[in-house]
Amino acid sequence: MILGGSDTVAATRFFGKVLSLVQARLDGGKHFTHTAKELVSMRKNSKRTAFLWLCVAPAVILFVLFMVIPTFNVFRLSMFEKGMFTDEKFIWFDNFQTLLNSPAFIRSMQNTLLLIVVITLITMSSALVLAGILTREKLRGQNFFRVIFYIPNILSVVVISGIFSAIYDADHGLLNSFLNLFGAESVLWKGESHIIISIVIAMVWQAVGYYMVMYMASMSAVPQSLYESSGLDGAGRITQFFQITLPLIWTNIRTTLTFFIISTINMAFLFVNAMVGSSGGVADASKVTLIYMFDMKNQGLYGYSMAVGVVIFLVSFALSALVNKFTEREVLEY
Amino acid sequence: MKKILSIALVAVMVLGLFAGCNTANNNTGNGSGEVTIKVAAIETAYGSEMWKKVCDAFTAETGIKVELTTDKKLEEVIGPQIQAGKYPDVVHLATGRPAALTEQLIKANGLHELTNVLNMKVPGEDKKVSDKIAGGFTDTSLTNPYADGKTYMAPMFYSPCGLFYNAKLFEAKGWKVPATWDEMWELGEKAKAEGIALFTYPTAGYYDAFMYALMYSVGGTEFFEKATHYAEGVWDTPEAQKMFEILDKLAKYTHEKTPAQANNQDFTKNQLMVMKDEALFMPNGTWIVGEMAEAQKTLTNEFAWGMTALPAVSADGSGYSYTWFEQAWIPAGSAHKAEAEQFVAFLYSDKAVEIFAAAGAMQPVLGIADKLEGDNKLFYSIYDNGAKAAMGNFAAFNAIPDVEVSKVFFEPIDKLVAGSLTIEQYIANIKTASDLMRANLKA
Repeated sequence: MILGGSDTVAATRFFGKVLSLVQARLDGGKHFTHTAKELVSMRKNSKRTAFLWLCVAPAVILFVLFMVIPTFNVFRLSMFEKGMFTDEKFIWFDNFQTLLNSPAFIRSMQNTLLLIVVITLITMSSALVLAGILTREKLRGQNFFRVIFYIPNILSVVVISGIFSAIYDADHGLLNSFLNLFGAESVLWKGESHIIISIVIAMVWQAVGYYMVMYMASMSAVPQSLYESSGLDGAGRITQFFQITLPLIWTNIRTTLTFFIISTINMAFLFVNAMVGSSGGVADASKVTLIYMFDMKNQGLYGYSMAVGVVIFLVSFALSALVNKFTEREVLEY
Repeated sequence: MKKILSIALVAVMVLGLFAGCNTANNNTGNGSGEVTIKVAAIETAYGSEMWKKVCDAFTAETGIKVELTTDKKLEEVIGPQIQAGKYPDVVHLATGRPAALTEQLIKANGLHELTNVLNMKVPGEDKKVSDKIAGGFTDTSLTNPYADGKTYMAPMFYSPCGLFYNAKLFEAKGWKVPATWDEMWELGEKAKAEGIALFTYPTAGYYDAFMYALMYSVGGTEFFEKATHYAEGVWDTPEAQKMFEILDKLAKYTHEKTPAQANNQDFTKNQLMVMKDEALFMPNGTWIVGEMAEAQKTLTNEFAWGMTALPAVSADGSGYSYTWFEQAWIPAGSAHKAEAEQFVAFLYSDKAVEIFAAAGAMQPVLGIADKLEGDNKLFYSIYDNGAKAAMGNFAAFNAIPDVEVSKVFFEPIDKLVAGSLTIEQYIANIKTASDLMRANLKA
């Protein structure tokens, strides 16, 4: 009945897909005009249509039941005061007013946006560079690296947070031992002042391999001849990367960027939850909006936490739209 | 023929969709007039086996059948059921858990009053329930949440909380376990000279039992009642000032690594610091022995658990140990209240107490001390050795965004230790939040 934050994000993603499908259908409308022969077999067709409807019915029913109705309920409940077992009370936009005046909410929003921006920048750029190196250069053990970089992506967040708990250990951790080697002082990686950096490292480590593999796939589709001819014209590897590789895989970058930004909202919740949890001083310093929403639900403020959900929904929608708008380029074909 | 077949297949698919929606929900009244009550109990370190045995014993005694549900995350199982109007008849689920299901029912007046149960006879015995439950256990806000003298929750499995330490280390160094806070600070200096921190804590959440006991030791029952009901001006009293002074000083004596490890994932590292002689004391409960049993085997130093009450504020004051206990209750929506009441009464029968005790869960009944063995004997005798029992918790108030007991009182301790919050800011935050909590107190 209640829609969680992750559902909100998933729903946003789904609506995006539906919209693009509708668009595709409108563009290709001319294919739907019927020939005389087709009109004769109309009766047959209508049966066919009924059959098709039956086929999609399960998906449609499921979608309405578990996506549309809950999403509608998120918006509806956000204007109510409601506890787990108490009655609903309609209070217009009071929840949103409280929300915008809450320093804790603002802080969680800042953390979320910070994580989105930093993680997206680092992950995307390093995935592109790594993919570029692995496709363009003749490296020994190329496939080995491909597998190694991809492994973090198949580990669950709980396992990753366990690994990083060991890496960040104050005394015997990998990072601090390394620092001590060069005479630097130990750092409390999971302390208040470093926790955001530590989360960024873990999240980038987790995501980079997946996107690297995706970019490698599209990069290897770029014809070799383009590189050869540009090489004859005197273009170096870096020039080739920026002038040939990037523009030719731009469509892929655009799509993955939108997906990545939205999934980071989700992943940040999972990572912060596994690495820090929601209580304590460090948790306060690393709180993201979805954790804040969860906290408020646990306090019995259902309506209020749904208002948080609405804000997250709108923000992720707006972010996707913005990214889509600003990355718009003429599609190059080869 | 093919078409008919495919249509049939699709129909099956569609029907399959709805199959999941139809769960059997008629478990009561199965024809013979017998009553089956639904009991839901949280599975904790004590395991779930003891609940099965107690339910069997109850059925054997009264003939009432029991359908038992146990789960480590019970609120995720019964929460949705309760929202859908399917109430269990007896629930064993304590307050103070993150999902706060019990608190939310309290706030919604969703509990059935148990005052009658106290006057009932324990099934199969001659004694009344109130004659069996040890003194004080049905007098606090943990059982009487509305402070009106009416009991809504039955006290279950109790455990004394206190400061845990390595008894072997104290022996080897010839140190005495401090009886007053002044002695504590002296010990802190001595330990510092040896490179050992005086204090650590698993997570700041463990400050609940600690702070309740501290409230009792600075100002007795009167101050505790005022403080936990957010009385006006209570945080300006000399007792409160003393409490904040101790908290502040203790933060300065706390191991610097503590806050960075005070999360759900790394809290055992803080507990290990006490076992590895990196820190002297930590607030904890008797479950620590089982929780760290595996880690204890890997220790290279001499180690044995020791437990003491919170030190007294002055030489003539007394030490306090917080008594942590869980609660069982009957939801107001239960369909079989009379039978459920019998079940709750049966939880205090000799048979049930024995079954629970065998699993390490101690019911708060008179004479339980005779059933103890090993470390538990030492821990549970803390009250026989002069420490006074502290019980109760902060009063319930209607939910306010961003204002919650743990977030206001306990969790900022991390920041006090890390130095990102001063004691003045901490007190100021408490005062602001207290005013809001008082205004929203459950009547």
